[in-house]
Amino acid sequence: MRLTRSIVSLLAMVAMVIGLGLSTPVAAQQGAQINPTAKSVTEDQLLNALKPGSAAEIGGRVTIPDAKSSTLIRPAGREWREFHQGTMHLIGGIAILGMLALLAVFYFTRGKIMIPGGPTNRTITRFSGFDRFVHWTTAGCFIVLALSGLNITFGKSILMPLFGESAFAATAQLGKYAHNYLAFPFMIGLALMFLIWVKDNIPGMIDVQWFAQGGGLIGKGHPKAKRFNGGQKLVFWSVILGGAALSVSGWYLLFPYTAGGVLNLQFWNVVHGVVSMLLIGAMLAHAYIGSIGMEGAFDAMGSGEVDLNWAKEHHSLWVEDEMKKGVVPAAMQPAE
Amino acid sequence: MARMKFLCDADRCIECNACVTACKNENDVPWGINRRRVVTINDGKPGERSISMACMHCTDAPCAAVCPVDCFYVTVDKVVLHSKDLCIGCGYCFYACPFGAPQYPKVGNFGSRGKMDKCTFCAGGPEADLSPAEFQKYGSNRLAEGKLPLCAEMCSTKSLLAGDGDIIARIYKERVVKRGYGSGAWGWKTAYKETVAI
Repeated sequence: MRLTRSIVSLLAMVAMVIGLGLSTPVAAQQGAQINPTAKSVTEDQLLNALKPGSAAEIGGRVTIPDAKSSTLIRPAGREWREFHQGTMHLIGGIAILGMLALLAVFYFTRGKIMIPGGPTNRTITRFSGFDRFVHWTTAGCFIVLALSGLNITFGKSILMPLFGESAFAATAQLGKYAHNYLAFPFMIGLALMFLIWVKDNIPGMIDVQWFAQGGGLIGKGHPKAKRFNGGQKLVFWSVILGGAALSVSGWYLLFPYTAGGVLNLQFWNVVHGVVSMLLIGAMLAHAYIGSIGMEGAFDAMGSGEVDLNWAKEHHSLWVEDEMKKGVVPAAMQPAE
Repeated sequence: MARMKFLCDADRCIECNACVTACKNENDVPWGINRRRVVTINDGKPGERSISMACMHCTDAPCAAVCPVDCFYVTVDKVVLHSKDLCIGCGYCFYACPFGAPQYPKVGNFGSRGKMDKCTFCAGGPEADLSPAEFQKYGSNRLAEGKLPLCAEMCSTKSLLAGDGDIIARIYKERVVKRGYGSGAWGWKTAYKETVAI
């Protein structure tokens, strides 16, 4: 019994000695000057660690359930602000005002493009009712989307001084809802336009010739064209590709966090903004030439029936094809 | 007038999250929104630090710059507040904010995020001071009562400081000089384009 006790106490002593021996470095360390900043993270170190291309966020661990709150500082927000308050205004201003100026110059130098030989009283069907329905659904949505979108960027400097802040905020709120909901018919219209017109919009050598001859807009004479000429194909592909970019980016903005974190939302917002400004500029030109810029052009999307002379001028090969198919130009209904 | 700022002394923060809880309770913050949170950097490694972070009430605030309806305003104490009546819930302030402060009650809901919510420095909103409407939309207005934000006032280690920028910078400087180290005034360079020189 005594022996056992002494063995136990011996073991305990050995253990204590070993323990002391092991803890000696710790004790020595505590005696020395502690410098807790030796390995502490300063904000500067972390900010310096943010090299281009790597994560533009400083984050850590949070105990609250919302994992998104684990970002501590996100310096990238400032670049997005610079873009949104600077570059975006510049791109929008140039695309829209520049295009309007260009169109004004064109209108006053070239004038309205008339039908050579004047209108006949015979028409040919250019767009069916369904074609026109798809066009105007998409166009109508686009106009509201463009205006409500421009309001987000330019509204506070243009409309807010006129409306006052409460009325402007209410308008902007309505605009936001319109933007969110009309996005869906716009996307459907876009898909339908692609399906019904893509076969006539495949680029070819004839389009190169069309552009080489200035498309009949600049210079004399009119180059040959099928159902859609080079310029119209350009419009078609701008709308399809631009619209697709707007749809994808808009979808991500509409459903936050499906694209990832805030950095992804910033990226898609930049895509959405730039593409929409450019597309608005392009659509101004499209609307000009389809209305006041050219005699007879609006009928294509208005009644769907275009003047035969207009069709021969702008879409000579298409008219020939239609004639071969046995389409007989109809006599114009007399005005009632 | 004072220039109100937050300063989190990361060398004192023990990640107790009392500031987070106090803020939620004092301001009746909606479910799913945390106006303040504590982030731990280098968790479990040497140099681990916890920092309590909320809206920093920036100088030349990015949120106010990008807001399409200009719903932000700055009080005489340089606290950045916003009007929930004007807010359209577009999400732009949340893209621009370097601190992830703006949050929305309906983040994933199609068509609307709802009205943005963020730290008010316990200074309420545009409604009449201490009115029920103000409390319902923005929470407490302790500044109107002559008190400072509750998160900092009840911080157990006095890590989180809130108040006039010069005063809290002086307190922090004294601490750093006395103890011989300090990991810096987190977020100050980003928010105020200046830091506490020591």
